[in-house]
Amino acid sequence: MGVGTEDLLKFYYYLILTRGLEDRVIKLYRQGRILGGCYVGSGEEAISVGSACALEPGDVIAPTHRDLGAHLVKGVHPKEYMAQYLGRRTGLTRGKDGNVHFGDLSRHIIGFISPMADGIPVAAGAALAFKIRREPRIAVAYCGDGASSRGDFHEGLNLAAVLTLPVVFICHNNQYAYSVPLSRQMAVPHVADRAKAYGFPTRIIDGNDVLAVYEATREAAARARSGGGPTFIECKTMRMRGHAEHDDASYVPRELLEEWRRKDPIQRFERTLREREVPEESMRAVQVRVLKEIEDAVDFAEKSPLPDAHEALEGVFAT
Amino acid sequence: MEEITYLEAIRQALWEEMDQDQRVFLLGEDIGVYGGAFKITKGFLEKFGEERVIDTPLAESGFVGAAIGAALVGMRPVVEMQFADFISCAFDQIVNMAAKHHYRLGEPVPMVIRAPYGGRLHAGPFHSQCPEAWFVHSPGLKVVAPSTPYDAKGLLKASIRDPNPVIYCEHKYLYRHAKGEVPPGEYVLPLGQADVKRQGSDITLITYGAMVQEGLEAADQMSEQGIEVELVDLRTLYPLDTETILASVKKTGKTLIVHEAPQVCGIGAEIAAVIAQEAFRHLDAPVMRLTAPHTPVPFSSPLEDFYLPNAAKIASKLKDLASY
Repeated sequence: MGVGTEDLLKFYYYLILTRGLEDRVIKLYRQGRILGGCYVGSGEEAISVGSACALEPGDVIAPTHRDLGAHLVKGVHPKEYMAQYLGRRTGLTRGKDGNVHFGDLSRHIIGFISPMADGIPVAAGAALAFKIRREPRIAVAYCGDGASSRGDFHEGLNLAAVLTLPVVFICHNNQYAYSVPLSRQMAVPHVADRAKAYGFPTRIIDGNDVLAVYEATREAAARARSGGGPTFIECKTMRMRGHAEHDDASYVPRELLEEWRRKDPIQRFERTLREREVPEESMRAVQVRVLKEIEDAVDFAEKSPLPDAHEALEGVFAT
Repeated sequence: MEEITYLEAIRQALWEEMDQDQRVFLLGEDIGVYGGAFKITKGFLEKFGEERVIDTPLAESGFVGAAIGAALVGMRPVVEMQFADFISCAFDQIVNMAAKHHYRLGEPVPMVIRAPYGGRLHAGPFHSQCPEAWFVHSPGLKVVAPSTPYDAKGLLKASIRDPNPVIYCEHKYLYRHAKGEVPPGEYVLPLGQADVKRQGSDITLITYGAMVQEGLEAADQMSEQGIEVELVDLRTLYPLDTETILASVKKTGKTLIVHEAPQVCGIGAEIAAVIAQEAFRHLDAPVMRLTAPHTPVPFSSPLEDFYLPNAAKIASKLKDLASY
């Protein structure tokens, strides 16, 4: 596998930055210092980081609320993330929207919205534009297992299939859609079983293995870029917290969480780094950098101005 | 000047915009090989190729979502909703994804959804609806509803060039029943401007779409009785040209609003409220509405005829207002 130390440390940086930022936001939430809800992807970081690291800079992503890592890889700054959570003007939506409902097309991120699976046909449409213009770019659409029950999931996959669009679908199968377990979402064992119906390759991979996600995405991206059409990658993982922080997830069996805690993607990757003889001091340097970036981000956000009330009326239309 | 149909005007606008702007492309059901359910895009596949005239699966939310994605990365998609009735299948993508995007992120979503709407073709509850008010009520969308070939062409070109999502409501009855002159060269009409289709001093009649022709007929009948009706054709339902509406109402003091969509919370309700707030002291009579009743669009001739406003019903209401 052609992943060198530099890449390994890059993955590590984004994994622990994602975890660290979200842990920090959870604290801020408990302290009553952020506005609104708090949505994190604890335990699912390998999916967004591994996949986004496999893309070219011009490739477009349509992430979900469990994909902070992909945002960061695409260039969203921790300061912008914190400012968004605190409803500040320096956030990516200038206080118009909260938590991870943001994006920036100059960084090739399509902003996420709450109705699940809406990003799937939208990403397919971006891929359609690349195909029409003969640009060597692809789109990546993320979703969860819950989203795969929505029509837009199926309509988007089918459209991408019949038009042979350069798109990769990445599903976090984290086993719960809010409080409803997978078995009540679908009567097939895998989300990929649903995707199979559309006639393009599907893969089921270990979503807690960042290198597996990276490799699978690279392969699918290459296929899409060369005109081979879409691929669906189901990443098996576990939602380790509630749907959002108000939710204690008491409906999830403790044993299930314990089982998955042992498969934590970051601890696993740290073992991999040691096996590959990445120097401890290099890992520590990344940890120190991340801690500083997180605290700088909180500081920046808390010092940033709130929007003026009248800005609520601005920007409904483009001019 | 050449006289063409409303359908031909829409076809010309699409053709010209596609011809001069590589970013414009079409998506929809049966628009390619078949040329569209109403034959608007007949010949487009041969001229522009299958990459720009895309027959989609039967999946309105999917292809509207795809249009949004293409618009976000620099294209100018024009979606054909086969019937406006099916636009509800794409409602979420339109009102949640397209409409709110610029407000949230400051990024334009330049796209048009063409919505063939309206009754009088005995097409029943699922091929006759007027969904325009749903979208007027959703911030971030522009809503256009032309009544003549001239307006249809100029407003569609403006809609395609607009950097916002535009719901372009084209009336199916008018496709082959409305004929009119269209200048040979390039022209674009601004969105958000009503057009006074008939001058008059006694009563203001505010309407749009297929009710404009009915209103003009009713106005002619009234003129024979010495009542001069001013007809304001809204042309764009959002943004609403309140300036033209209020100027006319202040001149006449009496207003009848006519639309084919149901009355409750329809466009007429908004216009009546604006008039009540802004022109109350100019009013000589209550603001009246003539609309469809609060029922689905019925199929059989006597039922649909009863359901829809027409010239005779408009004239009757105008008489009531004249004698108020």
